[in-house]
Amino acid sequence: MSRSDYQLFTRETRAIIFNLQANAIQRMLDFDHVCKREKPSVAAVVNPNAKQGGFHKVFWGTKEILIPVYNTIDQAVTKHNDADVMINFASFRSAFQTSVDALHADTIKTVVIIAEGVPERRARELAAMAQKMGKIIIGPATVGGILAGGFKIGNTGGTIENIIESKLHLQGSVGFVSKSGGMSNEAYNIISHNSDGLYEGIAIGGDSYPGSTLLDHLLRYEANPDVKMMVCLGEVGGTEEYRIVEALKEKRITKPLVCWVTGTIASRMKGEVQFGHAGAKAGASNETAEAKNKALAEAGAIVPVSFDDYGEKINQEFKKLEAAGKIGSREETEVPFVPVDFKTVANKVRKPTGFICTITDDSGDEPLYSGVPMSKVVENNMPLGEMIGLLWFKKKLPEFAARYIELVLRLTADHGPCVSGAHNTIVTARAGRDLMSSVAAGILTIGPRFGGAVSGAAKHFSSALKSGLSPLEFVNDMKKKGINIPGIGHRIKSATNPDIRVTLIKAFAKENFVSTPHLDYALEVEKITLTKRNNLILNVDGAIGVIFLDLMESCGEIFSDQEKSEIVEFEILNGLFMLGRTIGMIGHYFDQKRLRSALYRHPMDDVLYDLPDSSDLGYDF
Amino acid sequence: MAVRGIREYDGKKLMASLLRRYSDDKVSMRGDFVLVDPQTDFEALLNENPWLGKDKLVAKPDMLFGKRGKNNLLKLNATWEEAVSWIRGKMAEDTVLSGVTGKLTHFLVEPFIPHEDEYYIAIRSFRDHDVIYFSTEGGVNVEENWEKVKEITIPVMTDGKISAADDFDAFKTLPLSGEELASVAPFVNALYKFYFEQGFAYLEINPFAIKDGVVVPLDLVAKLDDTAAFENLDSWGRTLDFPAPFGRTPTKEEAFVKELDSKTGASLKLTVLNPAGRIWPMIAGGGASVIYADTVSDLGYIDELGMYGEYSGDPNEELTYQYACTVLDLITRNPDGRGKALLIGGGIANFTDVAKTFTGIIRAVEKYRQQIMDAKVKIFVRRGGPNYKVGLEKMRNLGDNLGVPIEVYGPETHMSKIVPMAIDYING
Repeated sequence: MSRSDYQLFTRETRAIIFNLQANAIQRMLDFDHVCKREKPSVAAVVNPNAKQGGFHKVFWGTKEILIPVYNTIDQAVTKHNDADVMINFASFRSAFQTSVDALHADTIKTVVIIAEGVPERRARELAAMAQKMGKIIIGPATVGGILAGGFKIGNTGGTIENIIESKLHLQGSVGFVSKSGGMSNEAYNIISHNSDGLYEGIAIGGDSYPGSTLLDHLLRYEANPDVKMMVCLGEVGGTEEYRIVEALKEKRITKPLVCWVTGTIASRMKGEVQFGHAGAKAGASNETAEAKNKALAEAGAIVPVSFDDYGEKINQEFKKLEAAGKIGSREETEVPFVPVDFKTVANKVRKPTGFICTITDDSGDEPLYSGVPMSKVVENNMPLGEMIGLLWFKKKLPEFAARYIELVLRLTADHGPCVSGAHNTIVTARAGRDLMSSVAAGILTIGPRFGGAVSGAAKHFSSALKSGLSPLEFVNDMKKKGINIPGIGHRIKSATNPDIRVTLIKAFAKENFVSTPHLDYALEVEKITLTKRNNLILNVDGAIGVIFLDLMESCGEIFSDQEKSEIVEFEILNGLFMLGRTIGMIGHYFDQKRLRSALYRHPMDDVLYDLPDSSDLGYDF
Repeated sequence: MAVRGIREYDGKKLMASLLRRYSDDKVSMRGDFVLVDPQTDFEALLNENPWLGKDKLVAKPDMLFGKRGKNNLLKLNATWEEAVSWIRGKMAEDTVLSGVTGKLTHFLVEPFIPHEDEYYIAIRSFRDHDVIYFSTEGGVNVEENWEKVKEITIPVMTDGKISAADDFDAFKTLPLSGEELASVAPFVNALYKFYFEQGFAYLEINPFAIKDGVVVPLDLVAKLDDTAAFENLDSWGRTLDFPAPFGRTPTKEEAFVKELDSKTGASLKLTVLNPAGRIWPMIAGGGASVIYADTVSDLGYIDELGMYGEYSGDPNEELTYQYACTVLDLITRNPDGRGKALLIGGGIANFTDVAKTFTGIIRAVEKYRQQIMDAKVKIFVRRGGPNYKVGLEKMRNLGDNLGVPIEVYGPETHMSKIVPMAIDYING
């Protein structure tokens, strides 16, 4: 749709947002929704930090929609040539270059610079550049502006409640311009109470050299037949308001103009105070608020006595226009419903959570492991075994228990390349797969036959002891059920060739535990099985498992009966083997990578090929 | 964030270190000047700068104010011993300048350059151009001879590539000829580039002399745009500072708030105007803060204004807490049995979460509860913006729970209406 030179924005205006400002974008879209715009005012987002483009998800009323994201301005303007505004949220460091880039895009006509702290030299260069190219800059150091009922820049107007309260979703007849962004929103509220509402409001920014000036926007309003009166809020410092005075004198401004220059206190104070805005400092006597207010009044602007009667003056002028029949009636339509964001009412509504976590809390300043701050874990040099106790059992384990866990990790860390876990890891690594895949391939072999007998052994020995079976009854019972006793038996090790790992942990348990009933029971079982075959020893899995049962007993009241049986049932003890052995598997992966090992192929002479005859299956080829 | 004056010492130091760079090594400037402050060890300074003991010297206060000659604050043609004793004397006594009394703390000491002709040059920035003011009749009377000053206008560059400083040529524009032009023009070219590239907003050398064909700046006044700091970190260095105007040594509280301000992207400002004042506006927003101060002044109570202050740009809770504690500490410091008013005011925020910023203020009020009661402080709140209803409700609860007198208003009340309410309160 075509627009006149005096119009920066229409109900069809679309913008490209530089930097992903999720809140500002959502507020723009909520505004669009209450204004019943057909298309979202945000056409695209430029996110220079994104590796590649993508999409940003936003609410469009009650629905969700996707807005395309690009990582350069160039891509965004090429793909979205219907957008003629860029809202630049770049920091003060990069605001200059990104604004230059935007000005050089043919399709961009207006650049809004939000950043505060853009160097004055750069701001002046941008202003000169824009003027030469016939484009408009709003800012720097601004919140932007708003075309009531049509288009809203970024955070202008605040939340949707305020937009509706100040009737910014409906078009009125008052054109407003100020330096201050914060005060512009206040002024919209005042205007809505004292007239038929805002037509358009612009905050040019508080710096000394804004890209467009108060007068630039007043002249646009003067030319725009939909604007019936103008309101302006100036500020001490600079001579910009004298350009308005000149325009009034030269009759380039003829519509009623209510104008107030703030900072009247400055000339009454001793010494010099830098106010909040960089430009707010009178360098000469004609730059004081008083001098400017006086000059404006003399030139025909309506100047209040103080900010207190600013609203009244607006009201008086509006009433005059109304009496003269210059104000059309405004249709107040129903405001579309905008759902509130969950986060804004999070403390007022309740919603069942989808997840529960009882071991780690990362919602505060630092993660808590079962309530213990991570910094304390580090500062106190907490043993690894004790830390595992926090995360696995939610317990403070006694020192001997923590040491036992560490002992198990040491003993199970690796057992050479030939066992299934390491073998699978090696074969996968040699197939060129990555660390995760190779180690996962190894871990997947851990189960009832490899490494995974820890839990099984604990389970069977625990129930046997509990049910009062004698070791011999237990062995016979298992035989009757046709179950190999988990934790008994080893391929290589035997009574005459004992497993050093088993010897070590047995000694540890005997030395450190209060009592070892499960171990003692298992050793009795071993005596019986050894009479059947020399390699039916209590193996390392079995020893780890039964000794852990004794560990829990020796911990006294720390573990309840239910917790003890859950630890056995939920394979927590297999976790010990898995954790320990992962160290070795990672080592094997690195080892194969360093060796640049080629793809493994199993030798055919090591395979017995024994296939059925296809005719036996009923095929007749 | 603004244009701020720097010391003559820093300005000259910067020039001496950079003019070569901006003149392809053709223009250089002597770097023999030192800054003296109350901590200076004169003996060590002399050891590091032996020329101080050999040359005749000039000593002068270096504290942003001008007209030092007219105020009898120039020590000319002095030996080192004479300069030191003069500086010690000046540091010890009170000095009155334009009605403001204060102590002189910083002095520039440099070689005394006997000269005859005094030249004037100044550079100033305007919206769409810079102006170089040049005169062969510089010195104290330049203003009286202003019609002899030549103004050279340089438009702001417009294509984003070639700099206006590259385009400028003093050889073509200065009203000089012959040897004089040959000495001065390269200096002016380099000086303008220096001004242009180094974030200056104002630079005046009045006068400068020519010695053996080389320009020697004598007095210098400069203002930098401090937002350009990030572009000039290597040259401005860490030593360059922006001193407060004479007689306005920042108070402990002002220095603390400045420190807070420097650590955040948000803005926190505090200027103590009258420690015994009874109206203290702690206002959100650069624009609103000025209007509150105006209103106090318009209603005739400027003498009761304790401070000018402002917080904006969505400061986090901790910063707001620290800031509010500083203000509460000041307002409650001198209970005199009469009421005082704290204005927690602001317009309707665009994006600052009102409830969140109020959380920090509320914590501060809780901490200072007793002092607030003792000093008979009444709090007047007016604010709007995101989440303001929650924020105002929290403020009301604060009054109910702590017993601190507090009145709370939202956007339905005109922004500056709490000012007359505060005045009524302090008048009992």
